[in-house]
Amino acid sequence: MTSYFVQACIYLCAAVIAVPLARRLGLGSVLGYLIAGVIIGPVTGLVGKETTSIQHFAEFGVVMMLFLVGLELEPKMLWNMRNKLLGLGGLQVGVTAALIAVLALLFGQQWSIALTIGLIFSLSSTAIVLQTFNEKGLNKTEGARSAFSVLLFQDIAVIPMLALIPLLALPELLELSHHAAGHADEHHQDISLVTGTPGWAHALIVITAVAGVVVGGHFLSRPLFRFVANSGLREMFTAASLMLVIGIAALMSVVGLSPALGTFLAGVVLANSEFRHELESNIEPFKGLLLGLFFITVGAGINFDLLGTQALLIAGLTIGVISLKALILYSLTFIFKIVKSNQWLFTLSLAQAGEFGFVLLSYSVQNNVIPQDLAQLLSLVVAISMFLTPGLFIVFEKIILPRYQASSNSQEADNIDEQGTVIIAGIGRFGQIVNRLLVANGVKTVVLDHEANQVELLRRIKIKSYFGDATRPDLLHTAGIDEAALFVIALDDKERAVELTEHIKHSHPQLRILARAYDRGHGYRLRHAGAHYVVSETYYSALELGGEALNALGLHPFRASQQKGTFLETEKAHLEELYQTWSQATDDDKFNESYREIFMRLEKLLESAMNDHRNASAAGSERGWTPPPKGYTDDLAPD
Amino acid sequence: MPYSKKVLILFAHPSHHRSEVNVPLFEASQQIEGVNCVDLYASYPNMRIDIDQEQSQLNEHDVIIFQFPLYWYSTPAILKEWQDLVLEHGYAYGGGGDALHGKTFLCAISAGGAKTAYQTEGYNHFTVRELLRPLEQTAHLTGMNYLPPFTLFSARTAVEENRLQHHIEDWLRILKALRDDKIDISATSNAITLNDALRDCLSND
Repeated sequence: MTSYFVQACIYLCAAVIAVPLARRLGLGSVLGYLIAGVIIGPVTGLVGKETTSIQHFAEFGVVMMLFLVGLELEPKMLWNMRNKLLGLGGLQVGVTAALIAVLALLFGQQWSIALTIGLIFSLSSTAIVLQTFNEKGLNKTEGARSAFSVLLFQDIAVIPMLALIPLLALPELLELSHHAAGHADEHHQDISLVTGTPGWAHALIVITAVAGVVVGGHFLSRPLFRFVANSGLREMFTAASLMLVIGIAALMSVVGLSPALGTFLAGVVLANSEFRHELESNIEPFKGLLLGLFFITVGAGINFDLLGTQALLIAGLTIGVISLKALILYSLTFIFKIVKSNQWLFTLSLAQAGEFGFVLLSYSVQNNVIPQDLAQLLSLVVAISMFLTPGLFIVFEKIILPRYQASSNSQEADNIDEQGTVIIAGIGRFGQIVNRLLVANGVKTVVLDHEANQVELLRRIKIKSYFGDATRPDLLHTAGIDEAALFVIALDDKERAVELTEHIKHSHPQLRILARAYDRGHGYRLRHAGAHYVVSETYYSALELGGEALNALGLHPFRASQQKGTFLETEKAHLEELYQTWSQATDDDKFNESYREIFMRLEKLLESAMNDHRNASAAGSERGWTPPPKGYTDDLAPD
Repeated sequence: MPYSKKVLILFAHPSHHRSEVNVPLFEASQQIEGVNCVDLYASYPNMRIDIDQEQSQLNEHDVIIFQFPLYWYSTPAILKEWQDLVLEHGYAYGGGGDALHGKTFLCAISAGGAKTAYQTEGYNHFTVRELLRPLEQTAHLTGMNYLPPFTLFSARTAVEENRLQHHIEDWLRILKALRDDKIDISATSNAITLNDALRDCLSND
């Protein structure tokens, strides 16, 4: 037990120190984990052989990552991107894999090894690239969008690659591993449903399992999640999310399929579900830690002797891979008409190999496709190409961008002119109207509510909403608060509305907050907490009804409407004074003597604004269109 | 304040997002120092004009400009509402109503029809100056100096025919001249549009 604690402590310490440092230096978290691994592995020797067994465990992070990739894939979005996704992404992966495979063949590798190497190097680093785009604010440029579709295609392409690689196994390696496994098998027998079954039964079982995931994911997951959500216990939802992912992974292993494929499928099935953001925010930290662990073990496994003895070969291969990938990307920009600085952004951002390269490498070694020593060499090439990525971004920023900025300012500005999304927290009677108005105007909204039944109800009438507690920071993150243009708080829980306002004000001080208040006092509290605009939920409807009452009493409709306007403006003119008095008062007596005094004065003012046009300080309705005094024309005659 | 005259533009366009001519012209005006630009439909989306606020704003300026697209030979509704409410008896005219005396007033308009349509023989039968007589007389009654309207004819095709840029440049010259009090009002008295009188009224700068 003690040794586990010590080991866990070493891994965590290394990650906690190296990752934030790497991010600060602009290297990104993946490289931070790799560095941490290098430090505790080859450099200091704190960890040793156990890294390989930890790596197997950590690969579950990849399974979770593919689940999340699946969750992000909304069919509609995919359809909109189909040209770029298939054209640009497909060509990039296909051409790169083919060319690198041919080169590997020329270097004397067997065709199956050459093909695997081609596949490994056709991928780029989603983690590094997307994070760098984010940090540098390049997200909305044409180049970054094209790069995103390529990365998305690559993430999806990993699935068939994982399926393909075991078929490429080398007979001699297979034999070797069977030899080694001979001893292990005695005490370690994998559970399997498919060993020893005839071909047709095998196929039937596999099809049933996949169908089970799709159908079950679609029909059973919702009642299950709703049941769990209604319990109101957070950790139960986390447990249910983990159960789903691990359960599917287990089912897939049992029938002999890739767990990654199964969870990816489940992710796609759940992408449209109201529980999407909640699932995402629950799985995300597990995925992040496990993937981090995976990269640490990759770092720890790097063979430094190899780097010393074969330095020239490794440097040559790395530069060769980056230049070849860049060349292919650059040629694609012409076909897909990506121009100016975007052309270079696209080319330079995707020229490295990626973290999936490590995954495929360790997977191919396990499946006896690539010999261990070659894998070690290649993983150095992948790692070094990733280390060079921040450098390529610096080249883009410092050398290429300035050249284009001077000449084409107006051209590039056009593309960034995209409206951000609006997050609406609370989709009860209030939030619904806000949402309908925005959506009808073509504004993208993300709607969150913590009542699973309410979300279900709205989904039935085709209002897209998600289950989740909007006061939780991680959920806000997955709902896209970092890119949001506005935040609307329409919660009916007074306390949670104030808490949420305080939280957003603290974490996203630039984000504009529009909030619904229960009453005057709640409104002041929201404003005090940092809301930019506050409206009492009943104010305008009461005013409307009051106007209707005046109408019914025989006031001319235009006059009644004017009186309403005057009422509103007189109140508005005293809003600030009332708020200041409220905020200066002590906590136990917010509506004190002086507040009541101002309020009474306001009532008097209202009365005079309505009736006495000479005395009105606001533009009273009596004042407008006041006819000139009788006989006024005598003054106007020429002298 | 280093400038000799304070200029106020009251801009009225109810359909900002479709504007091709007026919004660019208004935005260009905002770049000129010493010119205060107010978008009336933005200030009063419900047409509830604040009379006190508008009057004190008028008091602070020496040159008052209405900028608008010509709607049925007149201003968009909010500018008429503005006149009805702000130009009160006792403020702008009548006993004690001399708040606007000595100020300068003009309109900057865009018209759909061609210049040839806005003449006795054209299908609009009247010149733009004739059509805007109510405003000219309002200026006289309130004691303001009146300048003929600065006009862009055939406004719907101005962008396609590359006429807008030149129009905006002329306008910015006029704004600067108004601000620096370098405009010869008497030279414009017989002109139909301010554009026609540009060479005569602007001293060489």
